[in-house]
Amino acid sequence: MSRNAWQEDRGNKDRSITRSGGGTMARGTATDVRPDTTHAFLVGDSMTGGYGTGGDILHDCTIAVDPGEIAVIVGPNGAGKSTGMKAIFGMLNLRQGGVRLDGEDITDLSPQDRVARGMGFVPQTSNIFTSLTVEENLEMGAFIRRDDIRPAMEQVFELFPILKDKRHQPAGELSGGQRQQVAVGRALMTQPKVLMLDEPTAGVSPIVMDELFDRIIEVSRTGIPILMVEQNARQALEIADRGYVLVQGRNAHTGTGKELLADEDVRRSFLGG
Amino acid sequence: MEPLHALVTLANFVIVPAVAYGSQLALGALGVTLIYGILRFSNFAHGDTMAFGTMAVILTTWGLQSAGIGFGPLPTALLALPVGIAVAAALLLGTDRVVYRFYRDKKAVPVTFVIASLGVMFVYNGFTRFVIGVDDQRFADGARFLVSARGFRDATGLDEPLVIKSTQAITVVVAVVVVAVLFWFLNRTRTGKSMRAYSDNEDLALLSGINPERVVTYTWLIVAGLATIAGTLYGLDKSFKPFTYFQLLLPIFAAAIVGGLGSPIGAIAGGFVIAFAEVTITYPLKKVLGYFLPESLAPDGLVQLLSTDYKFAVSFMILIIVLLIRPTGLFRGKSV
Repeated sequence: MSRNAWQEDRGNKDRSITRSGGGTMARGTATDVRPDTTHAFLVGDSMTGGYGTGGDILHDCTIAVDPGEIAVIVGPNGAGKSTGMKAIFGMLNLRQGGVRLDGEDITDLSPQDRVARGMGFVPQTSNIFTSLTVEENLEMGAFIRRDDIRPAMEQVFELFPILKDKRHQPAGELSGGQRQQVAVGRALMTQPKVLMLDEPTAGVSPIVMDELFDRIIEVSRTGIPILMVEQNARQALEIADRGYVLVQGRNAHTGTGKELLADEDVRRSFLGG
Repeated sequence: MEPLHALVTLANFVIVPAVAYGSQLALGALGVTLIYGILRFSNFAHGDTMAFGTMAVILTTWGLQSAGIGFGPLPTALLALPVGIAVAAALLLGTDRVVYRFYRDKKAVPVTFVIASLGVMFVYNGFTRFVIGVDDQRFADGARFLVSARGFRDATGLDEPLVIKSTQAITVVVAVVVVAVLFWFLNRTRTGKSMRAYSDNEDLALLSGINPERVVTYTWLIVAGLATIAGTLYGLDKSFKPFTYFQLLLPIFAAAIVGGLGSPIGAIAGGFVIAFAEVTITYPLKKVLGYFLPESLAPDGLVQLLSTDYKFAVSFMILIIVLLIRPTGLFRGKSV
């Protein structure tokens, strides 16, 4: 083979458009994973990272939520759903990517600082103070606030009327669904700019689950963007404005809840047909 | 008149001393239980914290006495209490800064804290003896009796005497006030609630913006107050001897565990359970039973179930029984 470019015919491409099989530029295929995060209110952008010094759990994962929206993260077990949410809340070691809230970069903030910046987080387990009364739970939720918290408490009682009746009862004595209401109410007490729920319906009965979803929609109607992780994918997607299907720490599908429910691939893989 | 005599005797030798002793134990156990609930370890240095705080109170009392300052019929030590509490608080906060914070930052397991507190105990222990000596110190002054034997006999005409020492009355009154203030603080104030919240669920407390270092500081301050007051009341009622305070650790821990570690109400209940058990079992009940029972059944012996030298065995027994039957204690504290 000569190294002279003029002597090999691959250099001669002047007829490539008409010559069959002569072109080298093939068109790639696009996926439907195109989260638009440029203007999103809260976004975890191309996050890669894991716990401690262990291996990466998230791989270039992007999750975003806008005002007035309910965004839901679903996916099979071990897909990194909760991990994705913890990454946004600053409980993960990110090796790449960033988190922005309202246009501000908050990637370096501790979880407590994020709360002060207006993020409300409801962990999946032990999310209430069991030995404190319902009212005290709400007061502790508003601990960082030095102003009058009564309007916020009234608002929570309006959203969750049952809590008003049980305000002087220790939160640990309440039923599963009521505890979750306390947990959500506690997070709402800071009047957060965004609310994050980690599997709010874990371990409650189907009836209570429906009620909880209704309440979450009601919270969303007050204008707070909600980001939640859910096991019950079908029901969660039904109320979702935006859904993220994660598989092995990567964005697999993104779309509105309805789109995902209609998507053949998503249905077959995660919703049981 | 027989049952009345029995009651008076019982009150004189069992109920009054046990109530006073129980109040002292309750205050001590409250300190232990607060540390356990919030800092999550059993503080073996608590007895010697009490000794140290009391020593500061005694030294201040002597200073006041030599300056000619008294507190009327009440013991001068009550005036010296704030100084003692401040000194104990400085010691505890200093210890926390030097010892416990290091392990907290490393997120050490509780047993590491316990062993560290054991070391702290030896240091306090030696320091207290170094300053005030190993001997008995008496520092009670003011009126000696609230109800004297003669006064009671003259007033009621009963054969059996009833004596209430003023230190016993002061102990109970001070304990009631301290407990009321403590519960008000824990249940009504923002800081108190944040301490309970931190004790309940550390992660969620962090999420709620509660600063753990502040909670820890407040805890040590309260513990300094409780330990110094408990130690001073005990010293007024009996006498001050560093080794006795070290030994008090056992009934205090027994009280805290019997009530349920981490539960303030439990600590109080536990204190009285241990005190009543200890006093009743080591007191010769012959006289009381003699008044209650018919002549034929009256006991010949002293009916002293245990010699007073063995009084610590009572705490041990109750401790073991509670741990076997109800490990979380009477008021469902955290399991040991």
